[in-house]
Amino acid sequence: MRALFPKSLFPALMGLLAACAVASELRFPPPEFETDYTMPGITTPPPRSLAMEYVDTALLVTALGLAAWLVHRRRSRRGLVALSVFSLVYFGFIRTGCICPIGAPQNVALGMFDPGYTIPLTALAFFLVPLVFSLFWGRTFCAAVCPHGALQDLVLIKPVKVPLWIEQGLGIVPFIFLGLGILLAATGTAFIICRYDPFIPLFRMSGSVFGLTLGGIFLAAALFIGRPFCRFLCPYGALLRLGSIVSRKAVRITPDHCTQCRLCEHSCPFGAIREPVKLPVTPNALAPERRRLTWLILALPVLIAVGAWLGSKLSVAAAKVHPTVALAEQFLAGDKAPAPATALPTPETRALGRAAETAPELIAAASEVRRRLGIGGWWFGGWVGLVIGARLISLSLRPNRTDFEPDRGACYACGRCYLACPNERVRLGLITPAEAAALQAHAPVPRPDAKPS
Amino acid sequence: MSHAAPNPSSVSRRQFLREGMRLAAMTGAGAFVGLSIGRTGARENYVWQIDPSKCVYCGNCATACVLKPSAVKCVQAYEICGYCDLCTGYFVPEPNALNTGAENQVCPTAAIERKFIEDPYYEYNIIESLCIGCAKCVEGCTRFGNGSFYLQVRHDRCVNCNECSIARVCAGDAFRRVPASNPYFLKTSAH
Repeated sequence: MRALFPKSLFPALMGLLAACAVASELRFPPPEFETDYTMPGITTPPPRSLAMEYVDTALLVTALGLAAWLVHRRRSRRGLVALSVFSLVYFGFIRTGCICPIGAPQNVALGMFDPGYTIPLTALAFFLVPLVFSLFWGRTFCAAVCPHGALQDLVLIKPVKVPLWIEQGLGIVPFIFLGLGILLAATGTAFIICRYDPFIPLFRMSGSVFGLTLGGIFLAAALFIGRPFCRFLCPYGALLRLGSIVSRKAVRITPDHCTQCRLCEHSCPFGAIREPVKLPVTPNALAPERRRLTWLILALPVLIAVGAWLGSKLSVAAAKVHPTVALAEQFLAGDKAPAPATALPTPETRALGRAAETAPELIAAASEVRRRLGIGGWWFGGWVGLVIGARLISLSLRPNRTDFEPDRGACYACGRCYLACPNERVRLGLITPAEAAALQAHAPVPRPDAKPS
Repeated sequence: MSHAAPNPSSVSRRQFLREGMRLAAMTGAGAFVGLSIGRTGARENYVWQIDPSKCVYCGNCATACVLKPSAVKCVQAYEICGYCDLCTGYFVPEPNALNTGAENQVCPTAAIERKFIEDPYYEYNIIESLCIGCAKCVEGCTRFGNGSFYLQVRHDRCVNCNECSIARVCAGDAFRRVPASNPYFLKTSAH
């Protein structure tokens, strides 16, 4: 009904407009035809209907529920692969992206800070629903609903182990990218999360050379590095990681008890499985760790303050990304050194022509953007300081793991580790308990260099 | 008291923290939804559209769109059109002859159809499948004619990117988000 609205209104509107169009404004008065000529109308093809957006939202919720069921109840990798293929085809190649949960934090930020933009309900749903699911069932969105994750997961053929220090170091990039994306979206500067999305051009099979190249690079990397975009860039994954850390249910590799056979140890291509941690023999051995933790907690406010100060310095550079600021700067620079007159106008000269006509408003708008980015820069810098500090603190916390378990935040719930567990194979009736015992007996022995603590 | 065994109270403390955080997150999400729904304004989706009064016919629409050819096309406002024989949107300046010869046409893809109606009037139609949105005809018609040619985002083609890649580089700052129920700027009078 909504989609038909413009069409049905059109003839009436046109009649009205024909009457209103003041002939004196036109250089050449519209003709009075003597023949029975009828004027063609303008077609106004409607955009994708709102009903389809609701269908998308319903499918998202259904797919998330199905993924949660497959991860925690069915424990089925095969089912998750099938769901991944569906998500890749529907949310990726058919829906071709926008607005997806990865970009939605920007819409939320713009909706909060720009009075002229109210976030559409479907965008709000796409932002919130996977997050709420992560609070209960972990990263089920990453597991099989996100087309970006599905694409990378399905092309992974020969996973290479990424050293833990690289993993932890690059692991803060998504949080920084999220902060930058929100800063630039809230000030109306740019939607960089969408601009530098590597896979949307592939889903559309159309895009800029830069976008398609970026997609190709990430896809090639995904053959050997498990989910490089999810692990080292995805800003929405950073939010889901936080949700997953406190989730009600987490992925358990073994269906009942862990025999610590280490067979699952290398089954995770994303380096998310963590070893059990033994407590030291003497309590005094913990003292240096406690001291380090105390220092890090005390250093956190300092890191935030330094970050905020550095961030405020960056905001002048960041403002250049905003088209209005860029144009105003170019215009003011051109005042001093007039550009050489070229025969043909270019987009740049036309933009400068517009700047010359509306100079006072343009400069006022640019300085307002600058001011807002100046405030935002403090917040963004503080956020970066907080992210680095929190990562250092989390690395110094002593986990109390007694079994082989996935890291709650890092686990994508892909289900690969389930079948690596002999107890799971027994549960499914694939092998007998005797065979499981034989498997466990031949399991890799603990490394001799493994520290007791 | 033994430190060697895992401390059960520490497990429950972590559990408590986790549940507290989850509750806080749920409350936050609920408050956020309430706040967003409570705000007045449009609930519907937005689409991108060009304000023809701000367009400076720079040509970026033809090159910057993620689609090739662009989702932006020229449209003809017949009510405004003067049906001129010498159409400045159709013919190059000082054409050899007022006919459909390619060397006389402004349009690089011959996407404008010139049709005789009655002396001395000609109708000009945009063939959308050929139009690339370069705005060359728009410039000719707007600067020297009635301005009945203008650019619009065609929503049967537009994939509605969250950030329109043409809007980013638009020389006239003419792109804006408009409500999806009213997705076109229909030109009603010249300029």
